[in-house]
This record gives sequence, C-alpha cells and structure tokens, in this order.
Amino acid sequence: MSDKIAGPEIERLISLLGRMPGLGRRSARKAALALLKRRDDLLMPLADAMRDAAEKLTECVQCGNIDTISPCTLCADPRRDQTMIVVVEEVGDLWALERAGAVRGLYHVLGGHLSPLDGIGPDRLNIAKLVKRAHQPEVTEILLALNVTVEGQSTAHYLTDALEASGVMLSRLAQGVPVGGELDYLDEGTLLAAFKSRSKV
Amino acid sequence: MEWVDEALVLSVRPHGETAALVELLTREHGRYLAMVHGGRSRKNRPVLQIGNHVDVTWKARLADQLGHANVSIRRGFAAETMNDRLSLCALTSLCALSRTLAERDPHPSLFEVSLFVLGFLDDATVWPALYVRWEMALLEELGFGLDLNECAVSGLTDDLAYVSPNSGRAVSVGAAAPYVDRLLTLPGFMLSGRRGVVTRDDMLAGLKLTGHFLEHRILVPREALMPDARVQLPALLAREKI
Repeated sequence: MSDKIAGPEIERLISLLGRMPGLGRRSARKAALALLKRRDDLLMPLADAMRDAAEKLTECVQCGNIDTISPCTLCADPRRDQTMIVVVEEVGDLWALERAGAVRGLYHVLGGHLSPLDGIGPDRLNIAKLVKRAHQPEVTEILLALNVTVEGQSTAHYLTDALEASGVMLSRLAQGVPVGGELDYLDEGTLLAAFKSRSKV
Repeated sequence: MEWVDEALVLSVRPHGETAALVELLTREHGRYLAMVHGGRSRKNRPVLQIGNHVDVTWKARLADQLGHANVSIRRGFAAETMNDRLSLCALTSLCALSRTLAERDPHPSLFEVSLFVLGFLDDATVWPALYVRWEMALLEELGFGLDLNECAVSGLTDDLAYVSPNSGRAVSVGAAAPYVDRLLTLPGFMLSGRRGVVTRDDMLAGLKLTGHFLEHRILVPREALMPDARVQLPALLAREKI
C-alpha cells in the first residue's frame, strides 16, 4: 500500500516536519494537518516567521550565539553583568541557563566539545575568541558551564589551560544531588560527585 | 543469540534521537559494538560514559549482526576521574588505544589489566607505572610485545637499560655504549620482578618507549594518529604535581 496520502507539496511538508527532533512521520502528519486546517492563522504566519528567521539568522560575532542580530540580544543588553562570561557547549545550553534565570552575565558558545573520536580539535571550536574576550579588562570571572561528561570535562581542562594566562577567575558549575533528587534513585557517579562536593552546614 | 559479560565503555555515539552506538571492551568477547536503545536517556547517559565498568547483556538474531545491548553500571570510573585532568587523560587514552584491538577478538588478560589500572587512577604515584605496563600488555596482545628478558647483543640478563627502537629488544649498558643516542631508555620498573621507587623520569621514559612502538608498529601501518589524550599525557605528567 502506498505511504503517500496527499499531493507532493503536502508530502514534502510532512517529510520536512518529520525531520524535526521529537517528530516521527506519524506526528509530522498530525502537525501538517493542523497547519493545513488553520491556513490563515497558523500556516501562513508560521511560514512567514520561518522565512524571516531564515533570512535574518546570524551567528553573534562576540559570543557565537544564534540570533537575528549581531551582536546578539544578550551581548547587546547593557544591563547584563559585563564582568562574567559563562562558557557553554551549545546554544541549547545557553537557552537552558537563560530559562533558569540563574546568571545575568554574558555568554560564550563553543559550538561543541573536544572529541578526538569525531576529529573535533580545539581549532574547530570557538576557543580563540574566548581567549581574546578573557583578556578584556572588564572581565573578572569565566564560568565553565560545560556538560559533565568525559568530553565536556576534557574540554573544561583544556580551557583552564588556555585561559590561565588571562588571570581571570575560573569557576565551574557544582555537581551533585539535583533538586527533587531522591538518593536511592541517583546514579553512583552523581552520588560520588555530591559526596566530594559536600559542604559544612 | 545472547550473552552476558562485563565491559569497559570505549566510545559512545548518538544514534537517532534516543539511541546510542556503543563500543565496549568485554572480558570474554573482546571489543564489541552494539546499539543501546534509550542510550541517550537521562537514566543511561551517566552509565554510558567512556571508561565506565558495566555489565552487558548483548542480544541479536544472528551472531554477525550489530545487536543491541542493555548496560548497567558496575563502577563509574569516568565520574571518579572527571575532576583530575591527568587521570582523565589517562582514562581517555586507555579507552582510545583499546580501540586498536580487533573486533570480537577476546583479550581477557588485557581486560583484567585495564580494570587494575583504572582502579588506581586516584593515586598518581602508582598509576603512571601501571599505565605503561598496560601499554606493554596492549602491544603484546596486538602481537608486538617487547622482548625485555635479555640483551639483544650480548645475551646478558643483567644491566638492561635500553631498548632497540627497531627490534623492541632490550640492550645492556655495556653493549649499548656505541649506540646510546639511538636507543630508547628502559626504566627499571618495566622489567619483570623489579621493585623500588618509580620516579617521574622513569614514568616519562616508559611512556616514550611504549609510545614509540604503539606509533610505529600499530598506528602508522593503519595510517592512524596517536590519540590526542595519549599525546598530551607525557606533557601533563611532566607538569602536574603528583
């Protein structure tokens, strides 16, 4: 039986939607149907928004964030703490930190982590700009908010070396028991990290 | 087709949105690749970190297939070493070099040595010497073992202090005299039955020795490069406080 249920334009829409993370072909069909049913109030505005974003999409010259302006909205915001740079691996990590509202500093997106397996060395990451930014007189602290994986921490160690000469204070995120975490459900690595980072009460 | 074994995680690659392709060094089945469904889940991500010691159940319809694996943690070596750049570098190097082993070719003794080395990564006065011996064991498993029992020139078993970079055989102090600048230094701890203090210079000489043979016997013929972590290891060892 044929898998196609509509004309080539709609099939193309379903096929492209199906390539989005979290969507399979079945979900893509549902999403496409919802869009087609709401042509004027959803499909057209979405198409315009996507075209607009695609045309204006750019990488921030300062931090590597993705935005429609460069320097990005965060770098251009004078209310942000200019003394602190938070280093993250991907734009998704930056968005996660912003969602939490935990930091009001500036960001620096590396664009990944060191991975010898995938042939990603320091030259493939946005490290040279970070070193340059670290030497700016207003910067006093760099927070390495990298993933707690072998690759993420190897990258953190590399950055520690690379930023040593700048003289800024280097810090990293704490590791341990998450909020709402029940001890008997935590993995051994997290428990070990929590034990090592125990603090006096 | 199904087996149960213990393994070290050598590499992990994301596959699709939720699965992971893992490379394992198992005790009884050698280096194995497998798909882990849900390998990128919150539950499995801490388990599937390079260097972790895990229990594996591998299943496939046919023996030749990639198969899929269920893994559970035995010991989280990755988490134990993550904050120490030197031991993290050693762990990464050990895993990267283990990938030179042929697939599905069992090396139970090397697996045992690997676990032993990883178990000492929190003690920097001990593990570098153990790590060098692990690389010696790796060379042996790959068919390029060093011959350190007697002098290649005189046949003497005493005063062995150098290794020929071509033959991989030991050379005694007396026989080495005319060629010293062309020979590799053989630190005493690499000889079987030797005891005593291992200095940082000994460790560095050991790394240079095994590194030479790994590069020229194993990696160059495969047109492969020395893993970054292994390249950095001697420099870090020379610099870090131990």
